[in-house]
Amino acid sequence: MAEADQPAVQRHRRRARIFGWTWRETQGFLFVLPWLFGFAIFIAGPFFFSFFVSLTQWRFIGDLKWLGLENYVRLLSAEDQRFVQAVYNTTYYVVFHVPGVLIISFVIAGLLNRKVRGIAIYRTCFYLPSITTGVATAVLWYWVLQPNGLLNNFINIFLAPFGARGPNWLGSTTWAMPGLIIMSFWTVGTTMIIFLAGFQGIPQHLYEAAEIDGAGWWGKVRNVTIPLMTPQIFLTSVIGVIGSFQVFTAALIITEGGPADATLFVLLHLYQIGFTAFNMGYASAIAWVLFLIILFFTIVQFISAKRWVYYEGVRA
Amino acid sequence: MQRLARISFQASDDSTTQRTLFAYVRTALGQTFGYSALLLVAVISLLPLLWMISTSLKAFGREFLFPPQWIPNPVVFGNYITAFETSNLARYFGNTLMIAVLATLGTVISSSLVAFGFARLEFFGKRVLFIILLSTLMLPGIVTLVPTFVLFKTLGWIDTPLPLIVPWWFGGGAFGGAFFVFLIRQFMLQLPRELDEAALVDGASYFRIYWRIMLPLSKPALAASAIFSFIHHWNDFLNPLIFLNSEEWRTLALYLRFFLYTEAGGGAGLTRWNLMMAASVVMLVPVLVIFFSAQRYFIRGVALTGIAGR
Repeated sequence: MAEADQPAVQRHRRRARIFGWTWRETQGFLFVLPWLFGFAIFIAGPFFFSFFVSLTQWRFIGDLKWLGLENYVRLLSAEDQRFVQAVYNTTYYVVFHVPGVLIISFVIAGLLNRKVRGIAIYRTCFYLPSITTGVATAVLWYWVLQPNGLLNNFINIFLAPFGARGPNWLGSTTWAMPGLIIMSFWTVGTTMIIFLAGFQGIPQHLYEAAEIDGAGWWGKVRNVTIPLMTPQIFLTSVIGVIGSFQVFTAALIITEGGPADATLFVLLHLYQIGFTAFNMGYASAIAWVLFLIILFFTIVQFISAKRWVYYEGVRA
Repeated sequence: MQRLARISFQASDDSTTQRTLFAYVRTALGQTFGYSALLLVAVISLLPLLWMISTSLKAFGREFLFPPQWIPNPVVFGNYITAFETSNLARYFGNTLMIAVLATLGTVISSSLVAFGFARLEFFGKRVLFIILLSTLMLPGIVTLVPTFVLFKTLGWIDTPLPLIVPWWFGGGAFGGAFFVFLIRQFMLQLPRELDEAALVDGASYFRIYWRIMLPLSKPALAASAIFSFIHHWNDFLNPLIFLNSEEWRTLALYLRFFLYTEAGGGAGLTRWNLMMAASVVMLVPVLVIFFSAQRYFIRGVALTGIAGR
């Protein structure tokens, strides 16, 4: 700021003080006040209240009975078989969904990043499924996954010569989960676009330097692309883990957790206990256990990031 | 010596031609492979959607013909009329639209206020508060599901659209809302500071700077936020499922689920897949219209938040 401007700004700043704050500071506070207010009412308050509720038995109507850690003991001692099953199912989903989405979007973004003609059209096509996420996608895939649905029509082209047929995806305890995971790969668009933006941010001279050093295609991918993409990989992986542990819509609509609890996810279990049986205390305990699981994996990722994420050529 | 030199020269010349030929073939192969792979992915992305549209135009009982019939014969546009006539589809459409528009309006207005505060003003605890704001993005929403239900029940807001709208008027106070504050703030940080400092010298208040300078310049970020927000609320399922029970306020997402529930339970041969797909297409159309008319902002918004992760 130019010297001559100083007095005017000073004058502006010297106005009233509230709690020892300058007027400018007070205004700054006023601008973020809506968020502070909302944060207290809709996030922080419920956050702590839910921990309190998790220590009780409460059916919403009627009295609240103090249980201490009983709900947690019940969860962790595997007394609730369905909860154990739900944790197993959710982990199964996360383990295949997150790396699968990362790899698929990385490859697609890589293919798109090669001076392709009509890149905008491809990008639109690939992103289109992502904006339809939710119930419409679930209803659509409920149909695609039928025994004589679209997926099996496609698969049978390859299986027919061997006399085999695609499975009854949703009716089989073995295939229901792979079916939901395949469906989840259909909506990789967001991750793909984040990766594509990352690819386009990699300076060309690094590739040229690698070429001079004799690096081939794989050498360039391994030593230039992947290291420079680690911030995006890290970001999408953290978001992916948090999101996929809370997978819900697809299971509720398509399988309702079945067959035989093969696709019962933790959040679905929580929903049934909390909002069908109105067992609020126990549902809150489930929420907290899932929260701690997610927190654990998020922290692990942040700690490990120091070893593998590069920010502008330096390790984090 | 001279001959030797010539030979070696020739030899090297030969190998260069060979190498360029090899490189040419390899590039051509790479290109072919690249385009075929892209084409395959495009087909996989679009086929289910096309099938959805195709099925929505098929006659009842002809949905599962084998081999698949891509162009329906006969084409039954009447499915859409039937879908609207046999249910309150128009009402659900209106409900969803109202909720999505009001929530989006609140998100854009309040998030831009908060974003401006974080981008341009100094105040005590700003850094800490911003870190808290970001960390709410890491917090899984389920933790607060039960208490917010209790809260809205106490307020008498269950079975009204209020729980789906009001939290979004508190700039990032709703779950996941911090994303929009973050997006707009990142954008505002890129704008030249000289503009607001000049206005300040001219005696403009901060609110005036926000309203007259920052908001107009942040249009791309606001547009991206509005689009993301609208599509989020339009597709939202978990929150309506928990906060809305009655038919009066049913949203399209809830209706589709309800329809599948009652229909698919009626036996495999009786499910009116064509009507279900027609209702799904009805739900998709507004999102597609927005996507295609504002694709620029959309892609930029995704890219902006991705880069911001660096």
